Amino acid sequence: MTMLKTLAPYEFKSSDALENYKGKQLLYVNWERHRMFSRPFVLALPPETPFSAVLEEMAACFSYHPDWQHIDWDKAIWQNGNTPFTPDRNKTLAENGIGHKDLIRFRTPGLDGIAGTGY
Amino acid sequence: MDMKVAKKLGLKERYALMTRDLAWDTTYQKMEDVFPQTTYEGIKIHDWDKWEDPFRLTMDAYWKYQSEKERKLYAILDGFNQNNGHLSVTDARYINVLKLFLGSTPPLELMAARGFSMMGRQMNGAGPRVACQMQAVDEYRHFQTQIHSISNYNKYYNGMDEFAHQQSRMWYLSDGKSFFDDAITAGPFEFMVAIGFAFEYVLTNILFVPFISGAAYNGDMAAMTVGFSAQSDEARHMTLGLECIKFMLEQDPDNLPIVQRWIDKWTWRGTRKLASVGMMMDYMLPKRIMSFKEAWEMYVEENGGALFKDLARYGITIPKCFGQTVEEKEHVSHQSWIGFYMKPEATPFHTWIPTPDEMDWLSEKYPNTFDKYYRPVLEYLDAQEKAGNRYNNKTQPMNCQVCVSTMKFNEPGDPMEMCFRESVYKGEKFHTCSDHCKEIFDNEPEKYVQTFISSHQGLQGNCEPDGTDVKAPDFKPGQNMLDYWKLDKRALGDFNGSEDQKNFAAWREQATKN
Repeated sequence: MTMLKTLAPYEFKSSDALENYKGKQLLYVNWERHRMFSRPFVLALPPETPFSAVLEEMAACFSYHPDWQHIDWDKAIWQNGNTPFTPDRNKTLAENGIGHKDLIRFRTPGLDGIAGTGY
Repeated sequence: MDMKVAKKLGLKERYALMTRDLAWDTTYQKMEDVFPQTTYEGIKIHDWDKWEDPFRLTMDAYWKYQSEKERKLYAILDGFNQNNGHLSVTDARYINVLKLFLGSTPPLELMAARGFSMMGRQMNGAGPRVACQMQAVDEYRHFQTQIHSISNYNKYYNGMDEFAHQQSRMWYLSDGKSFFDDAITAGPFEFMVAIGFAFEYVLTNILFVPFISGAAYNGDMAAMTVGFSAQSDEARHMTLGLECIKFMLEQDPDNLPIVQRWIDKWTWRGTRKLASVGMMMDYMLPKRIMSFKEAWEMYVEENGGALFKDLARYGITIPKCFGQTVEEKEHVSHQSWIGFYMKPEATPFHTWIPTPDEMDWLSEKYPNTFDKYYRPVLEYLDAQEKAGNRYNNKTQPMNCQVCVSTMKFNEPGDPMEMCFRESVYKGEKFHTCSDHCKEIFDNEPEKYVQTFISSHQGLQGNCEPDGTDVKAPDFKPGQNMLDYWKLDKRALGDFNGSEDQKNFAAWREQATKN
């Protein structure tokens, strides 16, 4: 229950409500144990975007890391938030069950960053 | 005939006449209607006269002291500037500390001035009202003197002239802005705990040590003098914050849980705000005073610990986040620097990889973490830069909904894993960087759903420079952030090869040789 106390009615809209993105939605992507990228990146995409477009954005950012070329894509582990899922690259974000402000966490077992440091 | 000379007033009488005695109870309007802010937060005050002002400072004395300080300060600033003081700093990397400081601190001093002006109106006791008014003037003075001391550097180095424009727009300034916006939109008592206590008392030393001592160590007389001039005010501010905490706790036992929750919240918010100070100490000062870890141990763990022991008699316990801050002191400065290093086109200051000597210093200061987690990636990035492939992550960040830091902190207990927390409010997901930020969000979600997150605003199309045609068919929101921020292109990129680096070297050469 909220602990907010105010002198007058206090109702403000969320700055990041879905409607503010005019047909798009936010998506965060993180490559786990590759903290050289410091934090996840964010994209605004229409829900009908194929997942393959996310993979292209991932390549554009993450390929700077020497581990990128060693990824065994069959072994990659995906989570949406804390829930495991298997994305289909030919299906859309909506069909993959990805909603507004979801966080995709991408794991590549055996690849733990530069010298195994997690970076 | 003998003259009757009136006896000179004692300090106590003067104080009574010139502060408490200037106040009155309203009769045309009810007192609670004139001062509604001091009750709605749930804090119960029974007797405002119990407020003790430990300094007993009156306005006439205040003006006298402050004007003397100003005269000394500006005499030194003038001397420093006229003698090309900017060329006497250790090396040109140091000037980036000033750029970071200028964007992140004077605008917050101004917010503190606003906040304490509001407190000076909202408090219905004359004692705290006068003290808050003086603090408001102090904060305004700090805002001005900091800008004046740095303005001389602005004549010679890039990236300093748009700090006021950038304050409410730049991604990395959002943490400090959010901190003060949160405090100033709270009630007066929470504001006092946030700024007067948690920030001034528990955390200010962490800011002042790297800034003032760092300036002194690196030959910056201007910034050092401003720091010393402000420090005498800080002692008064800390005392005011602590007095307010004690006053609330002594007035009514029901105040304890409210005050405790505020202390927990604001100690954590302050800790997050200081992550960038850590990187200033460990990475940006060419000549280092002490590591961030050492400063944290001395000023927060030892001094802060002693303070909380003292407050234990009122029932106050050590802030919930304390354990996590102790763990994080080994990591945050490194995590912050990597976060800034990888964005060479998104800050008005330069970044760089530490020299081999500097890395050895970091290994020595951080024996548990630097070689294990951070040295290999820094050496890798160094080699990439030397090979002409300098790191430049062009993506936009994910930020914490509460502290607005980028989501760059590790899961407690596991430095290789990122920490993510999530809440759902009215069907929408909100992400936070830690258990403590999540708790702050969950306690008052109505407040934090409004957070300004620069990358999100950009993607909504709200961060376009004037003249952008948002109706053009090829318009993509968030592609013009650099112009929206008014970033000086010369101030971007790695320090190596920058105009500042070249100019500093050339001017120093001229100043020391024929």
